[in-house]
Amino acid sequence: MPNREGTVSEMAAHSAHPPGFAHQFEDMGQQREAGSLGMWLFLVTEIMFFGGMFASYIIYRALHLPAFETGSRLLNVRLGAANTGVLIASSLTMALAIHAAQVGKRKGTIIFYLLLTMILGAAFLGLKFTFEWHQDWIEGLVPGLNWAYSGPHAPGVELFFCFYFFMTGLHALHMIVGIGILTVLIAMAGRGRFNDQYYAPLEITGLYWHFVDIVWIFLFPLLYLIGGRYAMGGH
Amino acid sequence: MSTVVQPVDDLAPPESSRVHYLNAKYGVRSWLLTTDHKRIALLYLVSITLMFFVGGAFAVLMRLHLIEPQGTLVEPDTYNKLFTLHGIIMIFFFLVPSIPATLGNFLVPMMVGARDLAFPKLNLLSWYIYVAGAILALYSAIAGGVDTGWTFYTPYSSTFSHTNVTAVAVGVFVMGFSSILTGLNFIVTIHKMRAPGLTWFRLPLFLWAIYATSIIMILGTPVIAITLFLLGLERLLHIGIFDPAIGGDPILFQHLFWFYSHPAVYIMILPAMGVMSELITCFSRKRIFGYGFVAFSSMAIAVISFLVWGHHMFVTGQSIYAALIFSVLSFLVAIPSAIKVFNWMATIYQGSISYQAPMLYALGFIGLFTMGGLTGLFLASLATDVHLNGTYFIVAHFHYIMVGGTVMAYLGGIHFWWPKITGRMYPDGWARFGALVIFVGFNLTFFPQFMLGYLGMPRRYAVYPVEFQVLNVMSSAGASILGIGYLIPLIYLAWSMRYGPPAGPNPWKAKGLEWQTPSPPPTENFPEIPVVTEDAYEYAKPGGHRE
Amino acid sequence: MSEHIVPVRIYIAVFLALLILTGLTTWVAFIDLGSMNTVAALAIAVTKMLLVILFFMHVKYSPGLTRLVVLAGFFWLAILVALTLADELTRGWTQKPETWSVLLLTVRGLP
Repeated sequence: MPNREGTVSEMAAHSAHPPGFAHQFEDMGQQREAGSLGMWLFLVTEIMFFGGMFASYIIYRALHLPAFETGSRLLNVRLGAANTGVLIASSLTMALAIHAAQVGKRKGTIIFYLLLTMILGAAFLGLKFTFEWHQDWIEGLVPGLNWAYSGPHAPGVELFFCFYFFMTGLHALHMIVGIGILTVLIAMAGRGRFNDQYYAPLEITGLYWHFVDIVWIFLFPLLYLIGGRYAMGGH
Repeated sequence: MSTVVQPVDDLAPPESSRVHYLNAKYGVRSWLLTTDHKRIALLYLVSITLMFFVGGAFAVLMRLHLIEPQGTLVEPDTYNKLFTLHGIIMIFFFLVPSIPATLGNFLVPMMVGARDLAFPKLNLLSWYIYVAGAILALYSAIAGGVDTGWTFYTPYSSTFSHTNVTAVAVGVFVMGFSSILTGLNFIVTIHKMRAPGLTWFRLPLFLWAIYATSIIMILGTPVIAITLFLLGLERLLHIGIFDPAIGGDPILFQHLFWFYSHPAVYIMILPAMGVMSELITCFSRKRIFGYGFVAFSSMAIAVISFLVWGHHMFVTGQSIYAALIFSVLSFLVAIPSAIKVFNWMATIYQGSISYQAPMLYALGFIGLFTMGGLTGLFLASLATDVHLNGTYFIVAHFHYIMVGGTVMAYLGGIHFWWPKITGRMYPDGWARFGALVIFVGFNLTFFPQFMLGYLGMPRRYAVYPVEFQVLNVMSSAGASILGIGYLIPLIYLAWSMRYGPPAGPNPWKAKGLEWQTPSPPPTENFPEIPVVTEDAYEYAKPGGHRE
Repeated sequence: MSEHIVPVRIYIAVFLALLILTGLTTWVAFIDLGSMNTVAALAIAVTKMLLVILFFMHVKYSPGLTRLVVLAGFFWLAILVALTLADELTRGWTQKPETWSVLLLTVRGLP
């Protein structure tokens, strides 16, 4: 950035620009579009990042179907479904937080919805770690750490559980990062940074948060539901 | 070409009286906390050059060891570590970032007529991430090295190697994010920040190449990230998804690895091709022949490059039917590259050619890249690949493209834009001499390797049958010449930064927005955003008047 | 990024639809539809994803470039899956060695 004051036209333009404007851009419209495109490109990298594991899962499922079905039936469908509902609700509250900013609601409303989103996200993680993963630990279903499964298709079931923990673990990591970002957003909202002219950080975080929700939308059926559950009558 | 009001003559006022990006602020903090894309480009230039010489040092040790058939310079285990670290450092820490992070960072905003990239702070972050990854890689080298080959094939890398695989895998993982942020920045900048009048088809072809490269970076890098992540998990937990004991498939690792690593070679060559279009047009004083073809061939390469990765796996256990598909697609991917070469040749034809150092590098590129590319077809063909895979033929093939191609274009670009970047001119006599030494040294190093490979010498071997010694000695002799050749530009370019004559805004009388600014440019590039009214490379109409 | 402001009732409607679809997919999993179980589960998941992308992520109101970027992401993932499966599923298709030796005998028999 120049350390001189700039031309007269630049100084005049500066005063006309809203707070949060970055000077490499020509105007706020260009900045908004650039920010949105940038976040979408990042989400594409996330599609390919998770996608590598999804692809591997699809391939192994095709090669080891009975083992993967057996493994899938060892998961807790009720908890998985409940968690899916929790995440979907958090996406709603995130959308409502952005909406609140867009229509110029006062910062308390924005913070309220952001907090709700955080709480729902934390609830998801709480259910996952303290109920599902804890239960799996007790049952000796954690590969590499305390694997003790001795039922049918043991090797393939262990492979399944590798995927289960790696994929839900990576997803949980993304949730934790998201919650961290939400904390920062709440702080910013508390300082009155957002209004109906400037809410880009909210929108961009929303894109990230919804993406993490979509990953779970696929994880839930792929891990929990397509395991020939009809043969068991429920877990 | 623009409405920028700057004196376009070679009698520029002494730079000491003018504020530009190099002297606008002083001090270490102003460099380490800069968000100016030009300074970040120089930060990258320094770190990449450092890594180049580290990787080169490993190569020198290898070639010295290979002078003797039963070499005694290093232990075989050490030799394994040398070729592994040479590959990892050269690919991930030199070639992948080289042109994009140095020339790309410097030029992309200037070529689109913007003040900076879309996300300057992310740009700086990408450099710090690069440095973090490089430190991890260097740490793993110092802590005892890695011996899996840069390809990290399982199950050796996941289960049996006792070297610092995880450390270097984390280093490469981290470096991947630097790549992604760079590519993301370029795509957004080119889409959203072009100056008025600068339509897509008026862009310099360097930008088309950078754009295509950035697409590959965005789509491919995450896959190697997850692959190395999974490899790390398997080493840590002693169980994982590549473990045959639980039904895992080591070949799946190779699929995931090469899904990125093949497009990665196009990350390495596409920017070089972009530089080529700039050099060839300027030093032939001619418009590019077939602008549309060259632009679309970059995009075609970006897409098709993702469809051919299985050609690295023809002999490792892949199904023959998949191999057939990959073989056909691999022949296809050669076509856009060939189109570029033909278009460059047609541009040179009947041009007003001058032979300064950048042009010497460009001409060298055409010959060497073509040889490297054509030998790729031997490897794309299934039957010949069975014979040639795992031999020095492959080593020669990719070095012709990466070194004879990318490094030559990189050096050509560095020389071409050096006056713009530093405001100084380098001594052209020494530059031409250096280019020739590099060309001779390169060919002496790698041409014998084609013959060695064809005769059956395997790659990555610390020892070899005595009948291969003559060719190996030739190759090692060439390597010494090549090593000296790389030192020559290092010396005179560094010298020129202090003692070189000041260069004016446009010493090459080249076309392009970046040449409409003073050398070195001011921090904000353009006091007023230019308005573009003509196509790229308006040197002369083909067959018409020449300047 | 769109300036278009999506009304709250749309968000609520999408939310309810997502919950219903979640319940549906869970319920269907306990019914034996053979191979259609997988199809159904994936179809419902894709529908849910589309609802989130189009409405929560505003893609319905976004410029074409955004849609192109999203499509490209999924298309590239499809490339990874398809070509890797092309290998993994066809490994067992190769002819047995006896056939090769028959070919070799035939070749050696030629003048």
